[in-house]
Amino acid sequence: MILDTLVQGMQMMLVLALAPLLTGLIRKVKARLLRRQGPSLIQPYRDLLRLIRKEAVIAENASWLFRAAPYAIFAAIWVAAALVPTFAAGLQFSWSADLIAIVALLGSARFFLALAGLDVGTGFGGIGSSREMMIASLAEPAMIIVVFTLSLLAGSTQLSSIAGFMQSADVGLRVSLGLALISLLMVAIAENARVPIDNPATHLELTMVHEAMVLEYSGRHLAMIELAASLKLLLYVSLIACIFVPWGMAGTGHGGPAAYAVGLATWLGKLALAGFLLALFETAIAKMRVFRVPEFLGAALMLGLLALLLRFVSRSM
Amino acid sequence: MTLFTPVAASLALLLALSMIGVAAARSAGALVYLGSAVGTAVLLISGAIALLGGGEPLSAALPLGVPWIGARFRIDALAAIFLVIVNLGGLAACIFGVGYGSHESAPARVVPFFPAFLAGMNMVVLADDAFTFLLSWEFMSLTSWALVMAHHKEPGNARAGYIYIVMATFGTFALLLAFGLLAGRDGLYAFDAMRAAQESPRLAALVLALTVLGTGSKAGLVPLHVWLPLAHPAAPSHVSALMSGVMTKVAVYGFVRIAFDLLGPMHWSWSIIPLVLGAVTAVLGLLYAILESDLKRLLAYSTVENVGVIFIGLGLALAFKANGMPAAAALAMTAALLHALNHAAFKSLLFLGAGAVLSATGERDLGKLGGLIHRMPYTSAAFLVGAAAISALPPLNGFVSEWLLFQAIIVSPELPQWGMKFLVPAIGAMLALSAALAAACFVRAFGITFLGRSRSNAAAEAREVDRFSVGAMAGLAALCVLIGIFPGIVIDALGPTIRLLAGGQLPTQSEVPWLSIVPLTASRSSYNGLLVLLFMAISGLLAAYAVHTFASRAVRRAPPWDCGTPVPDPITQYTAGSFAQPLRRVFGPLLFHARETVDMPLPGDTRPARLTVSVRDLVWELLYQPVVDAVLLAADRLNHLQFLTIRRYLTLVFAALILLLIVVAVWQ
Repeated sequence: MILDTLVQGMQMMLVLALAPLLTGLIRKVKARLLRRQGPSLIQPYRDLLRLIRKEAVIAENASWLFRAAPYAIFAAIWVAAALVPTFAAGLQFSWSADLIAIVALLGSARFFLALAGLDVGTGFGGIGSSREMMIASLAEPAMIIVVFTLSLLAGSTQLSSIAGFMQSADVGLRVSLGLALISLLMVAIAENARVPIDNPATHLELTMVHEAMVLEYSGRHLAMIELAASLKLLLYVSLIACIFVPWGMAGTGHGGPAAYAVGLATWLGKLALAGFLLALFETAIAKMRVFRVPEFLGAALMLGLLALLLRFVSRSM
Repeated sequence: MTLFTPVAASLALLLALSMIGVAAARSAGALVYLGSAVGTAVLLISGAIALLGGGEPLSAALPLGVPWIGARFRIDALAAIFLVIVNLGGLAACIFGVGYGSHESAPARVVPFFPAFLAGMNMVVLADDAFTFLLSWEFMSLTSWALVMAHHKEPGNARAGYIYIVMATFGTFALLLAFGLLAGRDGLYAFDAMRAAQESPRLAALVLALTVLGTGSKAGLVPLHVWLPLAHPAAPSHVSALMSGVMTKVAVYGFVRIAFDLLGPMHWSWSIIPLVLGAVTAVLGLLYAILESDLKRLLAYSTVENVGVIFIGLGLALAFKANGMPAAAALAMTAALLHALNHAAFKSLLFLGAGAVLSATGERDLGKLGGLIHRMPYTSAAFLVGAAAISALPPLNGFVSEWLLFQAIIVSPELPQWGMKFLVPAIGAMLALSAALAAACFVRAFGITFLGRSRSNAAAEAREVDRFSVGAMAGLAALCVLIGIFPGIVIDALGPTIRLLAGGQLPTQSEVPWLSIVPLTASRSSYNGLLVLLFMAISGLLAAYAVHTFASRAVRRAPPWDCGTPVPDPITQYTAGSFAQPLRRVFGPLLFHARETVDMPLPGDTRPARLTVSVRDLVWELLYQPVVDAVLLAADRLNHLQFLTIRRYLTLVFAALILLLIVVAVWQ
């Protein structure tokens, strides 16, 4: 019992500790691909430390919501990230929220981020919030459809059960799983504000979405939001890994130091690979106009629907 | 003493208060509201006792009404849960009314009808024969119509009242026909007799269609919703809360009573009607809401959406029940009824919040609000809880019912029909779309109203509302949180109702460890709102504590940064229209024929540039306008019948008589 709680606590601390490293890795790889030296891998940690030590400059008319929102956003995303299986499935509290609840927790975080963008009453905050909600209102249904497809196949919405099902031998290659994977990747790119939907490194105001919402933040508040964004990226990578490449992860009820060590090593490998692929993809593609985003996400939605409808078609093709 | 004594006493109290309201509306207003609060509280407790007592039906007959029918009343598990829903919203509206009533400009038009409206809704739920049901239904419609017309001199309200009364009459007419078919040739109007009777499948399908028309027009199903966003906002705000939060639930009750209780076994294909209508309603309702810039109308459109969600649940329950899957039917039914309860809580809360904003600023146009979080801290906090709850965000109550509904949708592949296997996941996709749009809609509603800088002097000088109003909102907000973190208790309380309607039940939630909820089996899915809330609270507070202790807690206030170019004029903020613009560009062209035209002056021309946006309500233009045109045309053509001579009238009468005789002769 106590041991189970410890393992769960370890996972919670692990995702928190590794999230900035993943961000740093992506930045480094991107810089190298552009033949730049790039900042060091641990630069995100230095940035966060510097930010939380600074005083927070807050707009004169900011309300309590503006000051509370960074912690609420961070807490919602951290809890969601801690509930996604990383190195082991079926941890102690994994049943307290299933995949739908995890998606909804990310929705809670977005709700408060969009409100915080509107709080000071500046034009850029409004741009960010309104575009973010437009993107979310298309990305979330696509995500839920992918969840439907997976849970219809696995007979459960619990991530641990889905991972267990995908690890079992009788899954085979399925068309619907392939489509669901593509759809989920597109949603993940949109949700994490990556190229081509949004550029995390942009400072050209009119193209910003996520950065526009957090424009008024500084100091420790900005640090919480940056950390939450890193956590969200880690969450999505872990989510995709635990559903589509669950191999190596310690299964439900198969815990133990050896299994955890194998799970941890494979998970770190998957993170590094995903970070490299994301950097490669972002370097190869240009950002799209805001009003092309609905087409991109509409495609994700349609692929998800196709996956849902095709789930009967191929069992062992 | 049976449960009927307090129920009858409180109904009598409500009707007596209505009389007092007629006699002394201005002086006795607070008394009437307080008395109504007592009456609804007693009814609420009675409903809860009946529900917790296992829902054994209690009947009573009064020697009133039509001689051979009488007036029958009955409290069974279904009536009990709706007694709770109706009086929960009713109680909050009464308490709000105590404070809000003093702002009322025409109390004599509101105070007498308010308790009568409450009594009417309760009587619908209690009625046990078609006559009493329809009489109470009409009483409810007429009293609410009177309340809609309370401020009939304001522009638009007279039209709202007119459309409402036409649609209400249409709905009652459909219900009258439905009950007529159910009563059969022998005219058995008691519900017991209808339950015992076996209808032929074709007749039952007709009854179901008429019921969808009759109750759907009251609940606001698309395309019967047109009156709702006009009439609900026109009434005083605590009445809007009642109409949106409670009266739509009475309509849902009517549908459940007829479709699940009075009608016999169903064919699975009938479930398609409520499913498809519900899904269309859910998505369209929110798209209307997102484009709306009047706070109360936005809330009314969001009611349309939630009714759609409830009907999706009911449709699923019909499909599962018809296929002999009681556990799945129980899950869908639980989701629908829990959502009805949740919606009663958060929509009443949001309308009361809109009422507080209206009485503090005199404005309900989003373009003239803003910055109210500084002026009205309690109202804004309560409204925030309501907005988060209706956006289905964990750990609040709205999420629990939508989660249960998603779980019910995931059971759908077990349905034997291929059509349903494909249809239900598509419905689920539309449900997901509506959930995501709800978040966008309420970020906009809360953000533009309460955040940012004030867009008018009225908003800049707003004052927090009185204690009664704040108390009513705080109570509902607390309820939203409590149902969200202890859903198992409510689901268990719904048990008797679900057994009655769906024939199955969910696992007993109080036996699940850690207060989780488990709809089918634990390996399949589970959710624990309490733990999610605790985790979030602990990690958020820990993070804040750690940062404040070990890093920095210094704060400096400065002008907004705004990329280095802050403009003090509030006009530079995003408005309701600009916030909705991306979504309007995505969904508008297809569904609303939304068009934007930019009128840009030539260089050297000094007139201002203009952006014109046109949005058309296609439902009204395609469905209602032709009917309106036809009625006007017919009235125009038939007008000359008023100016005939007596000989022609006699000829017409004679011709009509001959025609009827021929009809009778052919019929026999």
